[in-house]
Amino acid sequence: MKSLTKAYQPISWPTKGSGGDTGSWRTHRPVVDHQICNKCQFCWIYCPEAVIDRHEITIDYTYCKGCGVCATECPSGAITMIKEEE
Amino acid sequence: MKAAQVIMNTGTQAAALAAKSARVDVIPGYPITPQTNIIEAIAGMVEKGDMNARFIPVEGEHSVLAAAVAASAVGARVFTATSSNGLLYMHEVLHMASGGRLPIVMCNVNRGVFAPWTLWADHQDSFSQRDTGWIQYHCSSNQEVFNTILQAFRVAEQINIPIMINFDGFAISHCLMPLTLPPQEDIDRFLPPHEPGWRLDPANPSSFSNVTMAAEYATFRQMLSDDITASIPVVKQAAQEYKDITGMWDGDTIDTYRLEDAEVVAFAVNSMAAELKLSIDILREQGIKAGLLRPRLYLPFPAEDIIQALPQNAQVMVLDRNYNYGHSGGILAAELKSVLFDRRKDVTVKNRVMGIGGIDLTRRFMADEIRAMMND
Repeated sequence: MKSLTKAYQPISWPTKGSGGDTGSWRTHRPVVDHQICNKCQFCWIYCPEAVIDRHEITIDYTYCKGCGVCATECPSGAITMIKEEE
Repeated sequence: MKAAQVIMNTGTQAAALAAKSARVDVIPGYPITPQTNIIEAIAGMVEKGDMNARFIPVEGEHSVLAAAVAASAVGARVFTATSSNGLLYMHEVLHMASGGRLPIVMCNVNRGVFAPWTLWADHQDSFSQRDTGWIQYHCSSNQEVFNTILQAFRVAEQINIPIMINFDGFAISHCLMPLTLPPQEDIDRFLPPHEPGWRLDPANPSSFSNVTMAAEYATFRQMLSDDITASIPVVKQAAQEYKDITGMWDGDTIDTYRLEDAEVVAFAVNSMAAELKLSIDILREQGIKAGLLRPRLYLPFPAEDIIQALPQNAQVMVLDRNYNYGHSGGILAAELKSVLFDRRKDVTVKNRVMGIGGIDLTRRFMADEIRAMMND
């Protein structure tokens, strides 16, 4: 049926960065020590923002909020949270 | 062409048959007196294969409406029903359904609210949900319940706003009355299949009503408010087209009886308004020029139609089956006064609260009350 108006409510389509430049929220940055990392992918599983590359274990700092879940979950202790410069 | 079928049935059965006639896809349900028989009847029809629909039994009313929201968001035509504290338990999700612009149609069988417990009719439950962004109809016969459910799906799906259809527990829900069932092909002509402009679809993933910044939020709220107000002509068109196809008419935004030359106007909703037609006849026999104005829509409140319909210098007797806490009198009277203020200074409004918790409202009692109110 014909509608009175076109958009009734906000519809979100999943795209990279649709939540904005969330990397700017970060106070601490996770840094991976690739000498220790055995690529078990726990950090990739737990990252709530899907900013970790599953195979390379690299972090997209444009969108990483710095929550620290990856560093907490890493069983090898390969991820360290380092304070962002003021 | 097939003729309409006339059966004897209760208000709850009429609601269930209307859901069937509307070819609803999904009915989440949880029983609560006096609505229970709607859910039981629908569950029975689905189980027997008389309805090609999915019945979802859930653990409480909050989940009923959450399931209704989800089903409506994937594009299903959704119906459900509740009463009293069940409606109050849905309160949060009522806002989600209207803000999400989901055209759910739900019956609320009016029952007084806890505490203390009561099973019988008053209008505190539906009126207390005024500000949830749902359109509210109030019906005064079994036939009107049936007709209004079909009209409501037309309106809801046209403007993407959920609709609540209210009628009194027991006086309507459990009483047998003749019910005319129009031929299904006529109903199908009136109510074509639901085709939403947007739906949740796994093949093309999206989500809805996420966090918005202040300006966006304000825009969507303004849109909801505007569209609710703009629903009045859509409601009228649905009532008129339903009449054109089925021959049945219950009024559109308002229903009137012997109003044109009335000096004393009774103003009330639901089953008491049907009984009031008989009170009007009694008063007329006693030489009082009485009439009835029944708002069929409570939200949006049909201000312009009421202002147009009230005769000059009318004394309006508002009979409220609810309390407007913190004010003297009831909620309908407050609504009416806010509409008449500055617009109809010739009209006087008087108000009494009655029928709370299902106290019987007979034609003689209400005729006596109206006569007494003339001296208030």
